[in-house]
Amino acid sequence: MIEEEEVTLLLNDLLEVYGYDFTQYARASIKRRINRLWTLDKFPSFAELRYRVRTDADYLKRFVEELTVNVTEMFRDPSFYRALRKEVLPALTAKPFIRVWHAGCSTGEEVFSMAILLKEANLLHKSLLYATDLNPEVLEVARKGIYALAPMRQYSENYVLSGGTADFSGYYTAQYDYVKFNEELTRKMVFSTHNLVSDRSFNEFDLILCRNVLIYFDKTLQDRVLTLFDESLGLLSFLGLGSKETLRFSGIRQKYKQVGSEKIWRKID
Amino acid sequence: MAENRLVSNSAMVLIGGSTGSIDVLLNLLPALRPPLTFALVIVLHRKSATDTSLADLFALKTSLPLQEVEDKDAILPGHIYLAPADYHLLIEHDGTFSLDDSEKVNYSRPSIDVTFESAADVYGSALTGILLSGANADGSAGLQAIKRAGGLTIVQHPDTAQVAYMPQQAILNTKPDYVLDVEGMVSVLR
Ligand SMILES: C[S@@+](CC[C@H](N)C(=O)[O-])C[C@H]1O[C@@H](n2cnc3c(N)ncnc32)[C@H](O)[C@@H]1O
Repeated sequence: MIEEEEVTLLLNDLLEVYGYDFTQYARASIKRRINRLWTLDKFPSFAELRYRVRTDADYLKRFVEELTVNVTEMFRDPSFYRALRKEVLPALTAKPFIRVWHAGCSTGEEVFSMAILLKEANLLHKSLLYATDLNPEVLEVARKGIYALAPMRQYSENYVLSGGTADFSGYYTAQYDYVKFNEELTRKMVFSTHNLVSDRSFNEFDLILCRNVLIYFDKTLQDRVLTLFDESLGLLSFLGLGSKETLRFSGIRQKYKQVGSEKIWRKID
Repeated sequence: MAENRLVSNSAMVLIGGSTGSIDVLLNLLPALRPPLTFALVIVLHRKSATDTSLADLFALKTSLPLQEVEDKDAILPGHIYLAPADYHLLIEHDGTFSLDDSEKVNYSRPSIDVTFESAADVYGSALTGILLSGANADGSAGLQAIKRAGGLTIVQHPDTAQVAYMPQQAILNTKPDYVLDVEGMVSVLR
């Protein structure tokens, strides 16, 4: 088990040597992730782990990828997507152009879910989905739009629960154990690396989704990132967070009004 | 009573359980008298990610403030907290919770081990861990961590548990301080 001071040492190394800043991540969680890697990669001591991270750039890549959590699924929390269909998209229909930002999109399942919603609301043709993540590896997966076939049944159930009425399997072609989502969806997506800790806002959006990313940050960093989102949202635009995340602790909360009971807020000031 | 002194040293009491532990809690919660000097944190394996009704069910059984945890909620004495479905519940040094949706541990998210270990890290000896009925070995490693940190460990008596496997595993691996039935737990917590 890694000691608290050792966590600090390692995080400082990552920042000093490589410019990756994890120092404001939620400590308890990042500590667990480091412990997990220590065990998985069988380091005999902390010193060996630290030396490897400091000197081996290939290993660093693995380390950073495994430090972050990439779990995701399509139509995760169907009631959230149902609210997007019912409350958010109708408010955007009049716009000549719709910009959506998925911050921390992981392997892209959420982005494809959103593209399907836009398609079904007949808005996809005038939408652009910007999808960013810190980790270039997951973006590579997202860009291809190729996923394992096995979870599609679950996703299809989620899709129906979210209010979907089309044939979900019509959105992809299956081959062996994989499915590839239709070009029609991918064409509207732009993938790029973006680090929420160190990179700035790059556009103004009508909807920002950042789900299950802020839970990995401490309160100070959460507030900074939420301010970044605030700067990237026009008046009456929307912000969607993960099902256990909240604006309650942030300085920007006064400017936002929660939409229904889902984790969706609208900028009203 | 020696037990009493020990629990009242705790700033946090953790209760972990799986199959068969909801009933135990429905009996335990009404017996807790306010004000509690500790924060009570409940981590249960749950069937469905969408069942928020568990918090409502428990809230009916106590006059103490009870809530399902959201990320970065403050940990306050006298309050009862329930781990949300589908997230691991972690304890931060600044007296807040954090959530984490990383891989399941012991086929479970939330995992009892994860919360117990994380709490042991922060609270050290000022912690009590209680493990209830269940069909899974989750919780044993967590109780060991609490014990190592100097905290108090309690396991439901397997004969009184709906599913004895979880408490049995814990007894085998940990040598808990107490093995108690529900009444025994109530008197220790009061
Ligand atoms: C648990 S996934 C969430 C995926 C998706 N939004 C969802 O809710 O299903 C968290 C993602 O956040 C990314 N992430 C973590 N730190 C980040 C940062 N500083 N900047 C951008 N992305 C980050 C991780 O790489 C990971 O892909």
